[in-house]
Amino acid sequence: MPILRILLLRLLTTVVTLAGVAVIVFFVIRVVPGNPIAMMLPPGATEADIARLSALYGLDKPLVTQFWIWVSGVLQGDFGTSISTRQPVLGLVLGRLPATLELSVMALVMAVVLGGAAALTGTRYRGGRTEGAIDVANGMALSVPDFLWGLILILLFGVLMPVFHISGRVTPSLDLPFSTNFYLFESLIRLRFDLWADIVAHMFMPALALAIPLAAIIGQLLKQSLKETMNLDYVTLARTKGYGETRVILREALRNAALPTLTLVGVQFTFLIGGTVIIERLFSYEGLGNMAIDAVINRDLPLIQGIVLLFAVIFTAVNLIVDLLYAVLNPRLRHA
Amino acid sequence: MLDGRTLVRRRAGLRLWLSAGWLTLLCLAALLAPWVAPKDPLAQDLFLGRMPPFWMTGAEPGYWLGTDSLGRDVLSRLIHGARVALTVALVAGTITCIVGATLGLLAGFLRGWVDMVISRLIDIWMAFPPVLFSILLIAVLGPGLMSIIIAIVVIDWTRFARVVRAEAMAQGAMDYVASARVAGRGRISTLIREILPNVLPTIVVLLTLEMGIAVIVEAILSFVNLSISTDDPTWGGMISEGRASIHQAWWVLVAPLVTLFLTVLSFSQLGEGLKDRFDPVLR
Repeated sequence: MPILRILLLRLLTTVVTLAGVAVIVFFVIRVVPGNPIAMMLPPGATEADIARLSALYGLDKPLVTQFWIWVSGVLQGDFGTSISTRQPVLGLVLGRLPATLELSVMALVMAVVLGGAAALTGTRYRGGRTEGAIDVANGMALSVPDFLWGLILILLFGVLMPVFHISGRVTPSLDLPFSTNFYLFESLIRLRFDLWADIVAHMFMPALALAIPLAAIIGQLLKQSLKETMNLDYVTLARTKGYGETRVILREALRNAALPTLTLVGVQFTFLIGGTVIIERLFSYEGLGNMAIDAVINRDLPLIQGIVLLFAVIFTAVNLIVDLLYAVLNPRLRHA
Repeated sequence: MLDGRTLVRRRAGLRLWLSAGWLTLLCLAALLAPWVAPKDPLAQDLFLGRMPPFWMTGAEPGYWLGTDSLGRDVLSRLIHGARVALTVALVAGTITCIVGATLGLLAGFLRGWVDMVISRLIDIWMAFPPVLFSILLIAVLGPGLMSIIIAIVVIDWTRFARVVRAEAMAQGAMDYVASARVAGRGRISTLIREILPNVLPTIVVLLTLEMGIAVIVEAILSFVNLSISTDDPTWGGMISEGRASIHQAWWVLVAPLVTLFLTVLSFSQLGEGLKDRFDPVLR
């Protein structure tokens, strides 16, 4: 069973990667100057107070022992206690995760729609001015990172033409009936379209900022492989049957051209998720990334470890899923 | 008659010249900052706070791009900010390039355990969110120009290593490499004399892209207040101030934003243009 072996090997490298991330983040942040315990105590605290609290968080033990305690905790689902909020890290992190997931998925959908539209239009009118214009727009979208797109959007649609909200996840004065933190999803399920609209108006710009560079990549790759597919025999055959160009692209070429794009979109999607850190900061969006920056500023070591590890799990999971999808969708690999 | 190929080359040529022009202008501004900046970039004047740029009513003569909330001249701060931006771009870009390309070449050509170790490291690095990683590193190293450069090198070497490794692997499988080995060249000598020249165009393109990225990283770190001391004018710091006073004085944000946009675009267009030049199919 080669597929099973490949899968096992992949899982093994994933474990190695995650272990590497855990080791690096643990030891790197312990070099950080500034005592987190001293920072959380009021200015009048004595040395004895600091020592007592350090012992409570296990920060007085040797580094290797601390690492061992942390890792064995993590393996049992205990990620420790946040120093700045004094709550369990796992709860804090999982509470913020839905916000970041919703933002990333919305951005991914936007990128696929925008990039797909650009590629299809470019292929339909290839060789002309339209394709040229799309190429130029793609080039710009690709070279400018999400951070700058976010600022440009804030300026254009938040200040000069205020259409969308520039900060937060939802208008604070609204009464939220939600039982999970998947606001966007739950507002739809509960048919609260008023809330849904408010949430979308908050998420639109950060999601678009994240989506633009990825849309450019999708647009470029998909257009390239569509154009190659358009010269294949079976597409010519479909044309001789009298199908129109648009139908040939959509019904015949797209299915085959989408596959090579998929693998690259996987890696790029992890870059997009990494981008949420600064985009959430820029838009004061209450997600994981914004919490991570606060955790660094507060020297909240357990929280930083938890968040970085969670990001690493998400990244490796996305890559694994894309590999599996590719194996499932590619008929040449299915029976291998 | 213009065929498609000439058209592509001509357009690429224009892009190349425009980008090179903008970057030259920036270099001049950075080098001559004390002489060309109209005002002292640090001089505050609370009576002249949030003055609009010259084309708007109420502009103060002499302050072409207006002033920020502390009454500092935006244009002068931009010009002085070019110093930090370009230093980071050149120094961090070059060191990242050397470290990443070396590791990539070694992994791709030597294969075996060297490749295994470097590839695993790349995997681990790719599992870190890069922005968060850089913020963490600055927290560890303390703020300052040196820290930013180190952070960029530590985080971005994988960009070079991944691509160069794949290129070196492809080149290593070619006949000319085998002939060089048969002719008696050592492994390292083959790597430097035969493989490196063929991978160099890719490295140069990546280097120009990396310079643009380095400028952005510096801006992001200034934005979260972790860059250089807040007194020194940096584009990221200006963006951060502009974001804070966006409803009162949007021009404080526009000026560094447009500058940063053009700079990043120029670096990447320069890279694209060079790629077209190096590409034997287009040439």
